[in-house]
Amino acid sequence: MTRLSVNKTYKLYINGQFPRSESGRSYPVTDAKGDFLANASWASRKDARDAVKAARAAFPDWSGRTAYNRSQVIYRIAEVLESRRGQFEDEIRSQEGAAASLARKAVDAAIDRLVWYAGWSDKLPQVLGGANPVAGPYFNQSTPEPSGVIAVIAPKGPLLGLVSVIAPVITSGNTCVAIASEPHPLSAITLGEVMATSDLPAGVVNLLTGPQHEIAPWLASHMDVNGIDLTGVRDADLAISLEQAAAENLKRVRRSGVEDLFSAPDLDRMTTYLEIKTVWHPMGL
Amino acid sequence: MTPSKDVARTAAAFEYAPAPESNSIATIRPHVGLFIDGDFRDGSGRAFKTINPATEEVLSEVSEATEVDIDRAVKAARAAQRRWARLTGAERSKFLFRLARIIQERAREIAVLESIDNGKPIKESRDVDIPTAAAHFFYYAGWADKLEYSGHGPTPRPIGVCAAVIPWNFPFLMLAWKIAPALATGNTVVLKPAETTPLTALLFAEICQQADLPPGVVNIVTGAAATGAELVSHPGIDKIAFTGSTVVGRQIAKSVAGTDKSVTLELGGKAANIVFDDAPIDQAIEGIINGIFFNQGHVCCAGSRLLVQESVFEEVIDRLKRRMAILRVGDPLDKNTDIGAINSKSQLDKITELTESGLAEGADSWSPECTLPAKGYWFAPTVFTGVSQANRIAREEIFGPVLSVLTFRTPKEAVEKANNTPYGLSAGVWTEKGSRSLWMASQLRAGVVWSNTFNRFDPASPFGGYKESGYGREGGRHGLTAYLAPTHFTTSGSR
Repeated sequence: MTRLSVNKTYKLYINGQFPRSESGRSYPVTDAKGDFLANASWASRKDARDAVKAARAAFPDWSGRTAYNRSQVIYRIAEVLESRRGQFEDEIRSQEGAAASLARKAVDAAIDRLVWYAGWSDKLPQVLGGANPVAGPYFNQSTPEPSGVIAVIAPKGPLLGLVSVIAPVITSGNTCVAIASEPHPLSAITLGEVMATSDLPAGVVNLLTGPQHEIAPWLASHMDVNGIDLTGVRDADLAISLEQAAAENLKRVRRSGVEDLFSAPDLDRMTTYLEIKTVWHPMGL
Repeated sequence: MTPSKDVARTAAAFEYAPAPESNSIATIRPHVGLFIDGDFRDGSGRAFKTINPATEEVLSEVSEATEVDIDRAVKAARAAQRRWARLTGAERSKFLFRLARIIQERAREIAVLESIDNGKPIKESRDVDIPTAAAHFFYYAGWADKLEYSGHGPTPRPIGVCAAVIPWNFPFLMLAWKIAPALATGNTVVLKPAETTPLTALLFAEICQQADLPPGVVNIVTGAAATGAELVSHPGIDKIAFTGSTVVGRQIAKSVAGTDKSVTLELGGKAANIVFDDAPIDQAIEGIINGIFFNQGHVCCAGSRLLVQESVFEEVIDRLKRRMAILRVGDPLDKNTDIGAINSKSQLDKITELTESGLAEGADSWSPECTLPAKGYWFAPTVFTGVSQANRIAREEIFGPVLSVLTFRTPKEAVEKANNTPYGLSAGVWTEKGSRSLWMASQLRAGVVWSNTFNRFDPASPFGGYKESGYGREGGRHGLTAYLAPTHFTTSGSR
């Protein structure tokens, strides 16, 4: 007699915990052939707001940590992801119907990307900041600082897309609320499990699953969100309305666009959510 | 008798003789047109008058640019851009050095014209606005042939045609902040100066002619808000650089949704100027005065919220009042004037309305005795005490010589109060304790933190805000980012 398997319930990842959507709603996720895989949580406005609250609460501690510490935590995410790579490869294959080699390549790239961004934490201030030679007896220095809470709408795909948009945001000290790809939410929640066991403080990354056209407007108009990444928005009208809503409190906006996720990233995913602070002090006896 | 009255009387006993700068150095034409494609031409809108806010006399009649004119200017800028970007960086660099030198040569003339059109004291236009503008051109001139070293990749590219919309508080300096980095990076510009202060921008157009700058590289269109809106919404614009109110900045950010236009915004502020009990008090008093009364308080980064540690509150306020009592309000062209004219009737009305709200909400107002000229727009330096964080005068940008004073007990409370605003442009910290100064600077959510100083500007020093004070930086290497094509499209970015 075959053993009945124990199926995982996929919930949300908010404030370091895995709650169901407060709305009680869920939606079925299917594999590439259209067969049922699992039910995912259908996040509501309230979930989005709870996630922003958690991200805001996590911001002072995360942004206040040393860059070395943030760097190690993000590297730790890569380590844990590596140790669970088999599970992610399986999920990618079942969700996307991808060949084993492609699934392996995607997981490799996601892990390597985390490692790449992990190393940026303590390099950004030197690369982007520095001393300014002002014409007077002043010490004058510029440093990048994180913008705050960033809403991220992840591109399609189970893992690499999500990692590619979250890692650059948090490495500099921002906290984030991400909406996972609507058709591929399962690995996002599994990634949440990786994060929850990687010394990443609760609330630094919050993951919502569900329809982006329903959840994203609440994040775009939220007055305690400082930036928004529209990478995963494919509907042009939705992108316009989100950018307009984001203007209300002058969020830093990254517009949507198609990019090859396998190609090497530039600095722009980090710099969009950085503020340059310049400090002056007189010099004299 | 209070100490402040005592000082005021002493000051009165030693009256200064008038020391007016001659206005004959500035040529004011009765009528000025738009500067498009290297030539002045009349606009197709209704000409408007610019006045001297210190006397209310009409200075000049200025053309209004409408849709047709703007279209012409953008097309001229587009045509010029291809050639301008194809010049070697070294050639562009030399054009910018030329502009810097001509500004230095004609500095006195520009300063006088600026003070006449804007109302700011001549000592500020002469010693701050115009020299800093020249320095800006000089600084960015040097970047034009070194862009590949600026941290923007091996082959930095210009964005294209830039729309620059600038405010009336530092007309010539803001023009320099926009045009210098735009040109250095190979962009061309259509600039709209503020409706009330167009004259020095039009003088700059003459300077472009003197420098033999290729036609179309710089175009200047004058007009009010409608002209500005027309310009930023023109489909031929690739990049918008705006300095002004948060309300208008928000409209611009909304209007570019769904386009490829990139935007930098330098908007309002409500800066906290924080004085600890161990502050160097004499310097702090000068810093408070400079922070709020420089340029009549028409400064987006003005230190308009004074946060004083409770233990030194009385001492600071007494000394502040004594210092305020000897501020000289009056003729902007007088070299001894500290506070000039309010730029316009509408700005004066706004300041008056907000100060009335301060009284209505229960704060206490104080101003030194001072006689304001009968003609023109004037506002006496004013300090409000007993202000609560909820009062409009503690939350809204007054953009006038009006200071709101609040108190705090601990550094954490100071940080909390200072950051309790949707703005985040600047902040000041006064303390002799180095570790506290650096800790405060790290906690304040503001783009510029002045420690034991205030209102310092330099072309090498990036300037710009956090939160609703806008995005992007002007000045320094960071100021180049705003004018170089991103590898993707984004409305901000501060690399």
